Amino acid sequence: MSKNIKIDVHHITRVEGHGNIVVDIKEGNVNKIEWQVPEAPRFFEAMVIGREYHEVATITSRICGICSIGHTFASLKATEAAMGIEISDLTKNLRELLLHGETLQSHILHVCYLVVPDLLKVNSVIPLIKSHTDIILLVTRLHRLANELCEIIGGRTTHPIRARVGRFSMMPTKKELEILKKRLVESVDDLKKLAEVVKSLAGGIPDFTRETEYLSLTNDKEYAFYEGECITNDINTPLHVDGYKNMVNEFVVPQSTAKYGKFNRESFMVGALARYNNNYKQLPSLSASVAGMLGLDGVNYNPFMNNIAQVVECVFAVERSIEIIDELLQTELKTEKKEINIKAGRGVGAVEVPRGILFHEYEYDENGICTNANCVIPTNLNHNNIQLDFEKYVKENLAIGEKEMGFNLEMMVRAYDPCISCSTHFLNIKFK
Amino acid sequence: MGSKPKVAFFDFACCEGCQLQIANLEEDVIGLTNLVDVVEFREVLTGSAPEYDIAFIEGSITRKEDEERIKDIRERSKLLVAFGQCAVSGGINRLKNNRESLDQVKKEVYGDSYNMPHLETFPTKGVDEVVKVDFHIPGCPIDKNEFLRVVKAIALGKAPSIPNYPVCIECKLRENECLFDLNEVCLGPLARAGCGAVCPSNGVPCDACRGTVNNPNQNAMHEILEKYNYTIDEITRKINLFGVKPEVKK
Ligand code: SF4
Ligand code: SF4
Ligand code: SF4
Repeated sequence: MSKNIKIDVHHITRVEGHGNIVVDIKEGNVNKIEWQVPEAPRFFEAMVIGREYHEVATITSRICGICSIGHTFASLKATEAAMGIEISDLTKNLRELLLHGETLQSHILHVCYLVVPDLLKVNSVIPLIKSHTDIILLVTRLHRLANELCEIIGGRTTHPIRARVGRFSMMPTKKELEILKKRLVESVDDLKKLAEVVKSLAGGIPDFTRETEYLSLTNDKEYAFYEGECITNDINTPLHVDGYKNMVNEFVVPQSTAKYGKFNRESFMVGALARYNNNYKQLPSLSASVAGMLGLDGVNYNPFMNNIAQVVECVFAVERSIEIIDELLQTELKTEKKEINIKAGRGVGAVEVPRGILFHEYEYDENGICTNANCVIPTNLNHNNIQLDFEKYVKENLAIGEKEMGFNLEMMVRAYDPCISCSTHFLNIKFK
Repeated sequence: MGSKPKVAFFDFACCEGCQLQIANLEEDVIGLTNLVDVVEFREVLTGSAPEYDIAFIEGSITRKEDEERIKDIRERSKLLVAFGQCAVSGGINRLKNNRESLDQVKKEVYGDSYNMPHLETFPTKGVDEVVKVDFHIPGCPIDKNEFLRVVKAIALGKAPSIPNYPVCIECKLRENECLFDLNEVCLGPLARAGCGAVCPSNGVPCDACRGTVNNPNQNAMHEILEKYNYTIDEITRKINLFGVKPEVKK
């Protein structure tokens, strides 16, 4: 066994954004284990100040391309809360549907382009085009379907056009919805195959657990994505999203341009596994059975299983989208006109995006000009948890040597699906 | 350039929504790999190369270290393409330059910790404000088909063409009702086409995310503003949303 381990991975690949991992162990003593986020800070909270209320979501959507739909909704909800604007059931349904489209496209992209290469121990998805053509084509189909959903409902796959303050600027046609539904129903076979593939590779998931606090939205009606209150395994009663600051407690650290967070413990986790742990009892039949098949049978403390929870949520996104489309098909789809009563106020909006719970908060003056903003990004919320997972993992696995440890630490970061561009950006391992 | 140019992708401060459009090409991405040899793409593969025939740059330059990195990439690349409005003009990131001071900006985001050295930032720049850029692909996000066209042209040694006429033309071709008639201010008369007027076609005014046409016909804009009773200030305010310098004269 090597007593000295030096890992120095600068800019971890295959995650979005930039991050570094530094591990320095001498004679079995740990000098340094550090997860660093050196990505260029972007200052969105300052960029929206002075802009009109209807421009704010257009701006904050650009925090992250992959989660642009979620950012748009957190933003619109915060603006609507600030001005007391109510939305119709139709608008709510369309938003929820669009959000599931985003979850599906993001999870598919992550699991297949980033995680599967790890489990097969290859350096990218590119060699898989030749060696695993069937899987790649299947993934491409699911990814395209998710994108089409986003385009039909949002007007564009990334940075949705139609989602506006209080309304949608244009409706899908019934015909479009019927075709979409048919394709979603047909995609269930592909999803099952995908689950089989992941199951066959699941042996490559490292055996590691560290119990932490899991933070997500929750509501009585369903496995929460679009709305709800905040819950964790350390509190009994859900808390209103308005009080998010007391839950996320962001702080600045020297090794990161992204802010970190903690609540009842030293750190917490957000994202698919957190949602699953808090709300798994509400999963409908198909998603629940896929969870069982993939070894998720209730609360799970292995952060690598976040990827498995993402596969389960792909199935959920499709199951739930079909239900919503059925409801929409019973509704008159007429573009709504909305008079906005501009007024001064402060509001918080929260939604679950692929990587976890997301909060936006704004303050507006009486002319609807933004005077204050705060965006709390899920990837940031996980940084602290990644650091603590690293510490435990390295100490427990000194025997595996530099190469495998470096690989597994990178894989652990990728398991969190960090979108570092949002949290500023992320990944580099330095084994020093 | 050899038969299969070596290409690399790099990102700076941005949302990575533009490289997502490349992923969204789906099977066409595979087609693209027949045309070019992707040697570096951090989000997609592990690995790097010393030199490139074409470097694609996404994102804006906002720090000293970014400036050094882009200069180094430029030195190692035969051609350099800025794709997405962040890279082209600074895009949405340029909004921070409009604020009174960067210290104020940092304080608003990081509070009392704003002075920590790793949070250093300077005014947002487009890539061509730092190094020579051979081709620009505008848009926030880029249009994936336009991207494909541009890459094909470059790989074949041709100069790609980007439309130099206003979004209004594409909008009228699609027979949309003009949003000015619905009491909205739209930048279509000045904005550079190429997106298929996607925003007005979805009922939302154009914000000129692709920048303005060269020598925009300002008289046309003035006429429209007069006709619908708007002031030029409303245009200048709106037009800096995507880092476009207001070229409209008062
Ligand atoms: S141009 Fe727009 S979509 Fe592209 S990276 Fe920049 S913010 Fe994202
Ligand atoms: S002003 Fe806008 S809505 Fe009107 S024709 Fe031009 S692009 Fe279309
Ligand atoms: S319509 Fe205007 S804002 Fe929309 S994509 Fe085209 S140029 Fe950009």
